[in-house]
Amino acid sequence: MAEQHWKENPKGFWAVSATPLLWTLLFFLVPMSFVWLYSFGSNVGLTEIEISGTLDNYKRATEWLYVSIFLKSLAVAALVTVICLVVGFPVAMALTFASEKWRPWLLLGIMLPFWTNLLIRTYALMMLLGTQGYANKTLGWLWDGASWLKVFFGMQPLPTWEPVQLLYNNFAVVLGLVYVHLPFMVLPLYSALDRLDKSLIEASLDLGAGHLRTLMKVVMPLAMPGVIAGVMITLIPALGAYLTPDLMGGTDSQMIANVIERQFKRANDWPFGAALSFVLIYAMFILIALQSLRKPRRGEAK
Amino acid sequence: MSKLDLTGSRLGRRSLLQGMGVAAIGITVTGLGACTKEAGETASTGEEAKLNFYNWDTYIGETTLDDFKDAAGISVKMDLFDSNDVLFAKFRAGNPGYDVIVPSNDFVERMIQAGMLAELDHAQIPNLKNVDPGFIDVDYDPGRKFSMPYTWLTLGIGYRKSKVPTPPDSWKVLFDSDEYKGRIAVLSEAGDMFRLHAKYMGKSVNEITPDDIKAIEAMMIKQKPFIKKFHEDDGQDLLLKGDVDLVLEYNGDIAQAMVEDDDIGFVIPKEGSQLNSDNLCIPRDAPHPKNAHAFINYLLDAEAGKKITETILYPTPNAAAKALMPEDYKSNPVIFPPADVLAKCEYAKFNPELQPLYEEAFTRVRAA
Repeated sequence: MAEQHWKENPKGFWAVSATPLLWTLLFFLVPMSFVWLYSFGSNVGLTEIEISGTLDNYKRATEWLYVSIFLKSLAVAALVTVICLVVGFPVAMALTFASEKWRPWLLLGIMLPFWTNLLIRTYALMMLLGTQGYANKTLGWLWDGASWLKVFFGMQPLPTWEPVQLLYNNFAVVLGLVYVHLPFMVLPLYSALDRLDKSLIEASLDLGAGHLRTLMKVVMPLAMPGVIAGVMITLIPALGAYLTPDLMGGTDSQMIANVIERQFKRANDWPFGAALSFVLIYAMFILIALQSLRKPRRGEAK
Repeated sequence: MSKLDLTGSRLGRRSLLQGMGVAAIGITVTGLGACTKEAGETASTGEEAKLNFYNWDTYIGETTLDDFKDAAGISVKMDLFDSNDVLFAKFRAGNPGYDVIVPSNDFVERMIQAGMLAELDHAQIPNLKNVDPGFIDVDYDPGRKFSMPYTWLTLGIGYRKSKVPTPPDSWKVLFDSDEYKGRIAVLSEAGDMFRLHAKYMGKSVNEITPDDIKAIEAMMIKQKPFIKKFHEDDGQDLLLKGDVDLVLEYNGDIAQAMVEDDDIGFVIPKEGSQLNSDNLCIPRDAPHPKNAHAFINYLLDAEAGKKITETILYPTPNAAAKALMPEDYKSNPVIFPPADVLAKCEYAKFNPELQPLYEEAFTRVRAA
């Protein structure tokens, strides 16, 4: 079907897009513009905010304390995205090359976690990782087994098992975020790989390229739109993650969203919270703008 | 008793998050039931036979709401909140439709100042006579114009007896020592943390200066590597699961945990601690103010108060209800700490100037 410019059929365009546009305007742009206005305000008393046009909130938001928390959040989100990409790519490949019979089931396996509330999934993971959790119990059991084997062969037993700290630290936050965001990476990768013309891979292999070379020189470039979509769709929510660092993090695992949340609740400082939120939104806009700048080059590659 | 078995333990008053999934189902069912049966009915108060109650989790008797419905014909729809800040944030833009809310003492003060509470008509609350006179004329609401006492509570150290050989007697073990490194969890509530550190330094919780905040911040940063978690008032769960051996928690939460696990102890340190009190209030523009008065009056009834106390195990300011409770509750030193210990505990006043300083200092501690 040929693509049609919206101006050629304005009635059809408006019929289809009026509802989502109105929705976005009413429930996204209007409320967000209030928050945007708050970010130029100051607290007067306990509940009143005076929109005075002050830039103090942004000045405070760019102090090193908050900038460092932003940078830390970005680093965590970037690490999560890289791990998701490394883990997700083989999964997406496996999905693409799975037989017709198995593919729906494998896809279901990726989708299934979406049907469970994020909170429940996070608590399940926490039960697994706790000091007395199943992960530690299994490790302790293996350790005892190894110790028993050593004694069996007449050697000194291993020292007593000390539970590993798997929860309430930065490791747990990264693990939790990867766990939550992996499907966001796999699905766009899968949709890109699935559309890929398999005969190109066959041609590459026939003409003497090895498997790895085919992967790097043929599959990866063709899957690039999927990779970029996956990176964006993983990086942006991970940057704003709030629940996972709150529940699974330790004493130094706060991310920027946790700081923003506290401004709206405990600190009762909505103008500053609004300014921090908008700094985060601007950062995300920049990421999205960078992605759209890449588009022409991708067109050439085709 | 609340029996949500997600974590193998009961939920405390403020650990709402864990309960939310299941609780939401429970509330929806109750809410729907109420809608179909009670539509259009009028209560003896002359108002529609409905009441919207905004309460903490695990903070009401098992049958209290049903009993009230049998007694007064008013069906109660209960929603749950997990922190005073959430309560306050919800009411900032006006009352979202609640009749009775349960803010803590400092938030009673704050909500009075913000004009969010309606004055109570004592003539409609005759059961006020059941309340211990010591809880009537309080600093945060002199003469009880806006609030009725529901429970009181105090912060202390909950610990696992088998892992902590000598019962701690000072805040030092939590705030200023590596003796139990990696086995400590403290509150994530900045204000409470700074006030208790002030107690440890021998100061009143209401006499903190910006210089003290700096000193306390330095102490917190020094202690941070030894702390495992700033918990969201679910310390009793961390203790029960064995993730930590010492927690800063409320006495009622630890009393609930001790019912399940007799290896758990509780102590209020010798430096003294902070008292809190949760209060029944009617927010301004409540849709059913007469029902709200009737409900508050019912909760202050001796028999109803006894049933609530049996479930939640918090100290009750309701003298008539306390008199009906068994001896093992009345003489429980965790629930009712000895008088000489209580003498060193104080209520914190709401201080709008210091609150943002606490928050920013605590953000620095977390980022350090």
